[in-house]
Amino acid sequence: MTERVLLRHVGTPGQEDIETYLRHGGYEALRRALRELTPEDVVEMVDRSQLRGRGGAGFPTGRKWKFVPKDAPVKYLVVNGDEGEPGTFKDRTLIEGDPHLLVEGVALTCYAVGIRKAFIYLRREFYQGYRKLERAIAQAYEHGFLGERILGTDFHCDIVLHPGAGAYIAGEETALLESLEGKRAMPRLKPPYFPAVMGLYNQPTVLNNVETLCCIPWIVKYGPEWWLQQGPPQLYSVSGHVNRPGVIEAPLGTTARELIERAGGVRGGRRVKAFYPGGTSSRPLRAEHLDVPLNHESLARLGSMLGSAAVIIMDETTDMVRVIARVCAFYREESCGKCTPCREGTRWVTQILDRILHGQGRMEDLDLLESIAKNMTGTCFCPLGESVPPSLRAGLEDFRDEFIAYIEGARAPVEMPVRIREGILAPGG
Amino acid sequence: MLSEAAREDIRRLLSRYPVARSALIPALLRAQEELGWVPPEAQREVAELLDLPVEAVAEVASFYSLIFTEPVGERVIQLCTNVSCLLNGAEEIRRHLEERLGIRPGQTTPDGRYTLRIAECLAACEQAPCMIVDTERYGPLTPELVDRILFGNGGGR
Repeated sequence: MTERVLLRHVGTPGQEDIETYLRHGGYEALRRALRELTPEDVVEMVDRSQLRGRGGAGFPTGRKWKFVPKDAPVKYLVVNGDEGEPGTFKDRTLIEGDPHLLVEGVALTCYAVGIRKAFIYLRREFYQGYRKLERAIAQAYEHGFLGERILGTDFHCDIVLHPGAGAYIAGEETALLESLEGKRAMPRLKPPYFPAVMGLYNQPTVLNNVETLCCIPWIVKYGPEWWLQQGPPQLYSVSGHVNRPGVIEAPLGTTARELIERAGGVRGGRRVKAFYPGGTSSRPLRAEHLDVPLNHESLARLGSMLGSAAVIIMDETTDMVRVIARVCAFYREESCGKCTPCREGTRWVTQILDRILHGQGRMEDLDLLESIAKNMTGTCFCPLGESVPPSLRAGLEDFRDEFIAYIEGARAPVEMPVRIREGILAPGG
Repeated sequence: MLSEAAREDIRRLLSRYPVARSALIPALLRAQEELGWVPPEAQREVAELLDLPVEAVAEVASFYSLIFTEPVGERVIQLCTNVSCLLNGAEEIRRHLEERLGIRPGQTTPDGRYTLRIAECLAACEQAPCMIVDTERYGPLTPELVDRILFGNGGGR
């Protein structure tokens, strides 16, 4: 087990203060880069580190940076701090625990890609993180790590902290750009224009996740070889039926069983029934998969994915119908309404699941759910709608008997507020 | 309707962005900070300050769940009931809140003190079940803790 890297100073008292951060070697990577490295050197280091984006898609960060046209007069960095995938809380932990690490990562990225203005888009629900980051940015300006002629060089960099206003879809990168431009957060058509070429205000734009940017100071400070030796470090958000839920730093490919152990074991010493390996848009897996290495490749083979590495543990007492209904209700509530399969599909699926939970399900509902899941796959405009079928499929294939128990009346009906918008909570229809 | 201080803050927001419209969400939030919600009149004022059509402002205000286009109570409770919270008893907390406040999610108490809302994931699953009251986050919640947070020790409604 390697020692903590990304979380090394998270939890240290006063870490959000620049003096403490500096005492822990903070901003040394930025000094080193400005003094000894060209922007191209920094890009090469990140490329050689094999860092992959930590927002969910897992795209190689160095390659993403290289897509940005070098000679473009105006370019932007946009930080995706709209973490909201159920089960994911790693970015919030980093922002609240070590805000300067993100600020330094942003400055380094701007230097590497030749950017002078960065926007940190932070979801509105992170009130505490907002206050801490706001203060960290102000301190960085006071100490000359942001602003004009940083550390006496020709490098200029400004950070604007921008609040979201409650919309999960804003985490999708093109929807985030729309939101940042003061519009409804609805995803843009792509290709042809990916953000690297035509992003914010139609200018070349680098979009990176909070955790991804928090890796950059470490890679620049100690080098890509050191970084690769670390595992490389990956943050897993572990929650659900474990004794000590929290963010765990472990190498990519750690198994769910090992993570459960590090999270203090399953609550009440119970057995695991199932788990989401990568947030609620990944296919939940059964207990027999507890020893599968959690990495992009092995999870893809099981029809699931690592996503943002949010591992939600569910013990043997879990009612999978309720869990899946809650997941579908989430996507229905957060659907932006732009495309029909997502807007109508999430609504229809939720209505059926609601009916089943209320003891009014019909056996043919199972075929109906399957057919809706099939029709939503590959037809939605963006990944949000595509997040519904994996849960439904797992429910119908791996936990079918639980659905049947509700339909046949072997299980008592339950009421859940899954129809949030209308405020209708009563059973039926 | 908006105070001169709020109008000045909104004008200042404009300088942060290359395009004025980017200041729209922060401006609406600033208005809400002052008024508790963003009534149509405030939306019109924001539209004027940003030199935008009022429709553009209304379209954005109605899209985001944390811009309130209807009046809310003095304290806004956002209870998360998403998966990790559900697994840790969020439904019990919801029923407790409904009982103590006498309202259902989406409603405001008749005395105007509390609004109860179901939140989607608050990204604080290690504190499940979890809620945000105004801008403070609390969890893991128990019915007793909920009472302490909302009504203080032994204080009841």
